[in-house]
Amino acid sequence: MLNDVNTAKVNELRNRYPTAQALVLPVLWIVQEQEGYISEDSMKYVAALLGLPFGHILGVVTFYTMLHSKPTGKHHIEICTNVSCMLRGSGKILEHLEKKLALKPGEVSADMRWSLEEAECLGSCGTAPMIAIGDEYYENLTIAKIDALIDTIAKSTDD
Amino acid sequence: MIVQPSDIEKTTAWKNVVLPPITDLHKIDIYRANGGYEGLKKALAMKPEEVIDEVKKSGLRGRGGACFPTGLKWSFMPRTSSKPKYLCVNGDESEPGTFKDRQIFEYNPHLLIEGTLIACYAMGMTAAYIYIRGEYNKWIRILQQALDDAYAAGYAGANIAGSGFSANIYIHRGAGAYICGEESALMNSIEGQRGYPRIKPPFPAQAGLWGCPTTINNVETIANVSVIIKNGSKWYSEIGTSKHPGPMLVGVSGNVNNPGVFEMPTGEPLLDIIYKWAGGIPGNKAVKAVIPGGSSTMILRGERLEGVRMDADSLKAAGSSVGTAGMIVMDEDADLIRVLTRIAKFYYHESCGQCTPCREGTVWMFKIMKRFEQNLAVAEDVDLLMDIAGNIEGNTICALGDAAAWPVQSMIRLFRDEFEKRTRKVTASAIPLV
Repeated sequence: MLNDVNTAKVNELRNRYPTAQALVLPVLWIVQEQEGYISEDSMKYVAALLGLPFGHILGVVTFYTMLHSKPTGKHHIEICTNVSCMLRGSGKILEHLEKKLALKPGEVSADMRWSLEEAECLGSCGTAPMIAIGDEYYENLTIAKIDALIDTIAKSTDD
Repeated sequence: MIVQPSDIEKTTAWKNVVLPPITDLHKIDIYRANGGYEGLKKALAMKPEEVIDEVKKSGLRGRGGACFPTGLKWSFMPRTSSKPKYLCVNGDESEPGTFKDRQIFEYNPHLLIEGTLIACYAMGMTAAYIYIRGEYNKWIRILQQALDDAYAAGYAGANIAGSGFSANIYIHRGAGAYICGEESALMNSIEGQRGYPRIKPPFPAQAGLWGCPTTINNVETIANVSVIIKNGSKWYSEIGTSKHPGPMLVGVSGNVNNPGVFEMPTGEPLLDIIYKWAGGIPGNKAVKAVIPGGSSTMILRGERLEGVRMDADSLKAAGSSVGTAGMIVMDEDADLIRVLTRIAKFYYHESCGQCTPCREGTVWMFKIMKRFEQNLAVAEDVDLLMDIAGNIEGNTICALGDAAAWPVQSMIRLFRDEFEKRTRKVTASAIPLV
């Protein structure tokens, strides 16, 4: 299932840890980056690759919030609503995003382009309110900035 | 009392050492040109136990929340061991209100790498794992680049700087779990398991990662080690307060004009941090409350901040703790019931589910707080919250239980009127159950 580049990455990772089990998180990251999410078949593949029971892999995937067992939107938006962001207006940003994308937290758009999730503190407290789209942080947000950002992404997407 | 920014002297003689204002310091050449890796060379010329002694004498206390003396922790490691020994550097940084380690990854990653290598040398370790929260992928890439540069320059890997000492550093990416900032959960996470905290004893120095002797230190703690070895323990111990010395990265967020991370000596008055460093409160409003060190620390009343300082002893005397020095400031208009409801939701979401008091108690507290938020609570709910919090505190494997209980307990103790304002004027028995 893993492509050649990623198989080579996994083999390199084996040198870093004394057990195969320690590769669970790094390998699940590689799978998610390649496939977009971690399907049941992928979990079985990882279990066989590392010589572990399927149940162990399932247990790990369901424990960590960043590992997705279902597909997310192409642009996965996480909005921090914890205290520091809340005090600086994350509630209004979330409300606006919900309207703009016609999504509630936890939902994926029908065309699979957007998904929205409420997140716990993402370490952006001094630049609140914020959202993360994929790996990228967008900080010190206002309604106008959110509009510009979403519109730019919507237009620039090549699909 | 409202202190105006102009009332406080604005200048400070402090010059940053952990986050110095040097452009492109993340590049190895710039880091070296500014005395980088001199501390490592100095350490490699010392005996390992002398390095530990130097860290002990410096008075450095852990910057991850518990303020435990770092040198003492290091001395718990066995000098000789038939098994390998490991260092884990904790960069999980998930405590709400905390965003300091991120600055080290971004602006001074080599300081962290240098400190990691010094720690490995002092404790006889050949491998270190730097655990970084999954959301910080951008900062993982910055640190990985710095690490690659350090390897290329011969500062990491085999025969470091020609000393004969070898150590590898690996970055391990987390995947979104607050509990993995707890040291034993962090080790389980590296081992490829769910992030469940372990029962102690055995302590990590006896049986940690893969059952081997292990030390876990916070990113900022390790960054301080480089500074100590380079400048000497005496110099370091004279910074800030004597019992909790050194530079400290203080994060200020919430209702302030100039939020951010500020490097300052320990012992800075909280009022100075709010008004001098963070520029005061928008609209010159009064401070209603402050959470001094991340959401797990006990809340303080705004009008009782006079004389309280950012160090372990002063905050303990004030009824709270330093934690991660991530201060959340709330102005007079802040709705503390909403704040506590959000905090309760956080611990409910992040409880790993191993211990019943925490797994069940956190969801009960969140549900009751929801009732307060919607003005549906009754008078008895205040005592019910205290009862649940009291039954979680001290009854769980790890400190997440305490961390969930303390904000509830301190908020009720100091702001009981806020809860009473939101209760319905009926008794619990008068409300139909269905």
